[in-house]
Amino acid sequence: MKVLKSIAYAVTLPALLILLWWVLTIDSTNFYVPKPGELATTFVDTWFGERFREDVMPSVARFAAGTLLAIVLGIAAGVCIGSVRWLRSLLEPMLEFFRAIPPPVLVPILMVLIGINDRMKIAVIVFGAIWPVLLNTIEGVRAVDPVLVDTARTYGLSRWQRLRTLVLPSAAPQIAAGVRQALSIGLILMVISEMFASSSGLGFTIVLFQRSFAVTEMWSGIVLLGLIGVAVSIVFQVCERKILHWYYGQKEVQHGR
Amino acid sequence: MAGDSATIETGPREDVHSPVALSVQGLQKIYSSDTGDVEAVRDLTFELRQGELVCLVGPSGCGKTTLLRCIAGLLDPTAGTVTLDGAVVTGPPKKMAVVFQEYGRSLFAWLTVRQNVELPLKNAGMPKAERQKAVSEALHAVGLEHAESSYPWQLSGGMQQRVAIARAVAYKPEVLLMDEPFAAVDAQTRADLEDLIRRVWKELGVTVLFITHDIDESVYLGERVLILSNSPTVIQEDLTIDLPADRDQLTTRSLPRFTELRTHVYAEIQKAKRGKGGDA
Repeated sequence: MKVLKSIAYAVTLPALLILLWWVLTIDSTNFYVPKPGELATTFVDTWFGERFREDVMPSVARFAAGTLLAIVLGIAAGVCIGSVRWLRSLLEPMLEFFRAIPPPVLVPILMVLIGINDRMKIAVIVFGAIWPVLLNTIEGVRAVDPVLVDTARTYGLSRWQRLRTLVLPSAAPQIAAGVRQALSIGLILMVISEMFASSSGLGFTIVLFQRSFAVTEMWSGIVLLGLIGVAVSIVFQVCERKILHWYYGQKEVQHGR
Repeated sequence: MAGDSATIETGPREDVHSPVALSVQGLQKIYSSDTGDVEAVRDLTFELRQGELVCLVGPSGCGKTTLLRCIAGLLDPTAGTVTLDGAVVTGPPKKMAVVFQEYGRSLFAWLTVRQNVELPLKNAGMPKAERQKAVSEALHAVGLEHAESSYPWQLSGGMQQRVAIARAVAYKPEVLLMDEPFAAVDAQTRADLEDLIRRVWKELGVTVLFITHDIDESVYLGERVLILSNSPTVIQEDLTIDLPADRDQLTTRSLPRFTELRTHVYAEIQKAKRGKGGDA
């Protein structure tokens, strides 16, 4: 019942918007604005064929590889930097510098350095998506409760045990916030990395449609990107709820009191 | 060794000839900062014999926590030494467990009650079957066997502190340090927990150093009470509590001797405040 209710909430507004769009475009002859039915047919025709295997899948795979790599590297580096004070003092100003560089400007450079291939595109995603994970991990590791640290020390917890049962779980809520940002940045960079000098992928295909005035097809690509974003966000939320169930439970108890 | 398991049933050893478990010699701690040095603890010397339950009481801000952190090996003293079983403490010793005041912050919120108690044993490499048994016993001792699969934040404050105590008990330390463990729980729960500590102490024959700012609590719990002076801290008095070994919230607290001792400690603390803090 509860599930049905939340699904009903989630679906209502999109349904209304589509209805509104349908009503407004009934008599429309505007070339740039397709009708809902038209778009739906085009969507299926465009993406559920060969393009799914040749453009969508490789794009999603690069996105997955890039963000996953960014998350793993970000957490690993963040734990090191967060737990060693001198390393933090040494690196933090530089991290701010690198973080301030918009990743798209690196595409031409990486193209020259790595070549025009998947590795370059993944590198662009990693370079953009790593920052929120890294900086949030550093903050999360620094914010471990000193009483818990003392507790772990008095019981002589080994370094590995401390990392696994103290530092990582304690920093997990903040790391999750970083991962959430990394996912949306990753998706944006997935598209951008394919807009230059590419011959396949979602970003490439959408640009191709734009240039060839295949307006309905272009729109359908944008819709597909949105749907991928929603799917990613749902997967993330399911994982987060599972890993951080204690965190949300604790918050509920605190607010209930 | 006198501390093997066969003698646990005999209860606390009160004879003065049992070996020294914990010894603090000339302990001094000065915190240096840009605005000048602060001497938290000046010169503390005392000993705990094996199986003793000693309370340390002092005016607020007299460096009780500093002292505890030095004994626990969490803080290096400026001068003096802490010796546990003849070995100088340079870091957190294996044979020691600490129960902190902030129960809510000393338990791992992402582990269940059972996992919290089990963690130090797991880390020490205790085999699984033995570990399970030790955890169950400890949870039984604090009356929490029904809550073993709950998370700490699902429990009340008093129950959370029980979990911390069970964790310390399961670890089977030789010395148990307690830093104002009941300061943040309500009065009724506190009385229960005090009795729990007396019981656990008797059953396990562990040496306990119990730090508190509550005068009644120190007299009710301790076999000995060490009264600290105001900062910079020294031991003002080492008082033996000659109350019966079997204590009870109702009868013990209404004994004339209890009132005498309590009044004495209270007067000493007042003296401590005036003596050093009169110019403040």
